[in-house]
Amino acid sequence: MSQNVNHSPTGGLQKLMETNSILLVVAILILVSIGGVVEIVPLFYLKNTIEKVEGVRPYSPLELAGYNIYVREGCYTCHSQMIRPLRDEVERYGHYSLAAESMYDHPHQWGSKRNGPDLARVGGKYSNDWQRDHLRNPRAMVPTSIMPGYPFLTKTPLNAEHITEQMRTLRIVGVPYTDTQIENALIDIQAQGKLDHPGAPALSQRYPNAMINDVSGENGITEEDALIAYLQHLGVSVDFKLYDDKANIR
Amino acid sequence: MARTEQVLKKMTVSEMSLSAIFIALAFATTFIAIKAYTPVFAFHAALFSLGSLTAVFAIVTHYRSRSSEPTPQMINGRPNYNYGPIKFTAIAALFWGIAGFLVGLYLALELAYPQFNLDLPWINFGRLRPLHTSAVIFAFGGNVLLACSFYIMQRTSRARMAGVIAPWFVVLGYNFFILIAGTGYLLGVTRGHEYAEPEWYAILWLVIVWVTYLLVYLFTLAKRAEPHIYVANWFFLAFIVTVAVLVLGNNTEIPISVFSSQSVIVWAGVQDAMIQWWYAHNAVGFFLTAGFLGIMYYFIPKRTGRPIYSYRLSIVHFWSLIFLYIWAGPHHLHYTALPDWAQTLGMIFSVVLWMPSWGGMINGVMTLSGAWDKLRTDPVLRMLVVSVAFYGMSTFEGPLMSVKAVNSLSHYTDWGIGHVHSGSLGWVGFVSFGALYCLIPWVWRRQLYSLKLVNWHFWISTIGIVFYISAMWVAGIMQGLMWRAYTPQGFLEYSFVETTEALHPEYIIRAAGGGLFLIGALIMAYNIYRTIASPMIDLADDVALSASPAE
Repeated sequence: MSQNVNHSPTGGLQKLMETNSILLVVAILILVSIGGVVEIVPLFYLKNTIEKVEGVRPYSPLELAGYNIYVREGCYTCHSQMIRPLRDEVERYGHYSLAAESMYDHPHQWGSKRNGPDLARVGGKYSNDWQRDHLRNPRAMVPTSIMPGYPFLTKTPLNAEHITEQMRTLRIVGVPYTDTQIENALIDIQAQGKLDHPGAPALSQRYPNAMINDVSGENGITEEDALIAYLQHLGVSVDFKLYDDKANIR
Repeated sequence: MARTEQVLKKMTVSEMSLSAIFIALAFATTFIAIKAYTPVFAFHAALFSLGSLTAVFAIVTHYRSRSSEPTPQMINGRPNYNYGPIKFTAIAALFWGIAGFLVGLYLALELAYPQFNLDLPWINFGRLRPLHTSAVIFAFGGNVLLACSFYIMQRTSRARMAGVIAPWFVVLGYNFFILIAGTGYLLGVTRGHEYAEPEWYAILWLVIVWVTYLLVYLFTLAKRAEPHIYVANWFFLAFIVTVAVLVLGNNTEIPISVFSSQSVIVWAGVQDAMIQWWYAHNAVGFFLTAGFLGIMYYFIPKRTGRPIYSYRLSIVHFWSLIFLYIWAGPHHLHYTALPDWAQTLGMIFSVVLWMPSWGGMINGVMTLSGAWDKLRTDPVLRMLVVSVAFYGMSTFEGPLMSVKAVNSLSHYTDWGIGHVHSGSLGWVGFVSFGALYCLIPWVWRRQLYSLKLVNWHFWISTIGIVFYISAMWVAGIMQGLMWRAYTPQGFLEYSFVETTEALHPEYIIRAAGGGLFLIGALIMAYNIYRTIASPMIDLADDVALSASPAE
């Protein structure tokens, strides 16, 4: 390539970096850091990043176990949990999503593709029985659905042996679980899974709005029950009759 | 025994210390396997243990068989290039590529016909999709990048790769990471971050591999006989360094126990979403763009026998590309709960990013100046050049889609999937195929078996891509419009499932396109097999295989 007259470096800074790999690496590091720092760091200190709202609480242990299953099965690959403030979305799914509503999701489940509908406000939209039948065989409920069936969740007893460790770790990263909530986690799972469990009042006190799930199968509390408990909690925390849209304009 | 002859041979410090480290790792992971909370984690810990023992075995075997002298750096005044790890990753790339395309095709069929999910956990769409994305991006793309970067860094430095064990540790360790990640997805181990699903222990391992990769790169550059670092290496360094930053930034997680595969991500909600897309968008920017631009900057000039069109342009577009790309992440979060100021920044920088992207395209395509006729006769070069054309197309489409008004329609639809695939099949796929068609004959010292088959590969795959991306444009724009369609009375016109039904024909066309792309890759595999199986050509100077020496 000797004929290339345009090849010799221009000199100066570029020549310095082209002949010194460490300088080159340092220059790259500095340049690629700027954008990320400017866009990410303020999100942690600007107070209006997350709206001030009433009602958002950490997941109950059963809901948390359901959230784990939601993540494990990759539900986020087809369902978003982020309603945009566009007319059709608000009419189809409900009030647009607030940052506060996912403030305890480690990781977030906003999603990027809707092969199925948004689930940010699916809680309370269908009955537990509908959810159950739909998970087992989606086409029994929606004949042209393209969702996979999850009949195996019904047959798998929920293994929540280590849920307290997860709750403790979540507390380290800022989810306000109390000692009582962590200590009673396994009881709370039972209480949320049966209609007339003696622990139900304490559960409702610790986790307002927790929907109690009627477990009728012989497998005890299953992964399906946990997933439904999670789904039924999606989007129900904030009372939008009381929420003031104008107060949180960013 | 041969003991007496080996008296003078000593184990090197690195051989000894690495054996010790691997033995310790084998013990630790065996202990973890026994105490593991879940069978999957026990399986993975056992794999680590087995892998460590294999590593010790390999180090000892290598020690016993090697001569007491270190490998010569030069033979007959020419650098003694190390091609072993390159050969391994080139074959691994083909293997993972075909596996990844096959899983992609299966996913396309699952979307067209949900019965393909078989109601099973391991192959349902949600678990297979990360397997597909990771297999094509990190397994196929990653191995192509390793093979090409190791080749280019040696040739442009005129020096043998640094390290004896280190390069092998990088390539084998990286593929071991893929094995852990991939089996994890199928068995339900995931962090739940798109394109960053591998759990904490896989990432911990990856970080060690990646740092070694950077060190091998820097130490080889330090040995270079050329005063200047060739432009392809700038891109590879940007790729290696930035991917390290991204992985470390995005994988801030705390395992719930050392005996559990599960971890808790430190960030939540809006901050987590921003960090995730900062990571994911720049995985595109630095893994799938900067790295492959490095490949382009070597193989297009080599194949055409022409110098890079403009050295000045390469400087300008390199620095501006890496600076601007990092800002573009928030365009994945338009109209979400991410604050508007961040969305606006993301949009502006994405539009500006169009310029440096096209700078790269112009530099690649214009390198053919004076050699355009070769496009007619050399299908490998055609593949490389068409890849750059696809790069140009998808880096125009990207800024367009990052404009908020367009994004409100395109987001959450198949338009995004089409955009990604015009970039990944057209740009990354074709530039990889083109590079491998050059690289494999060069490192094995063979004549490529059939240019005719390359031509078939090119056309079948190109038709496949056209099917794929046009089906996704139609599907995406149609669904986006249907979601926002109103009846004259002011009601939403379609239920969600009606918009899904409408996509069925497009999903079948997409699967057909993906099938064609897979057939092309299988033709390539056959061609490469016949190439490697053919007799070695005896050339005193392998530069004769190509037109001109490296920079």
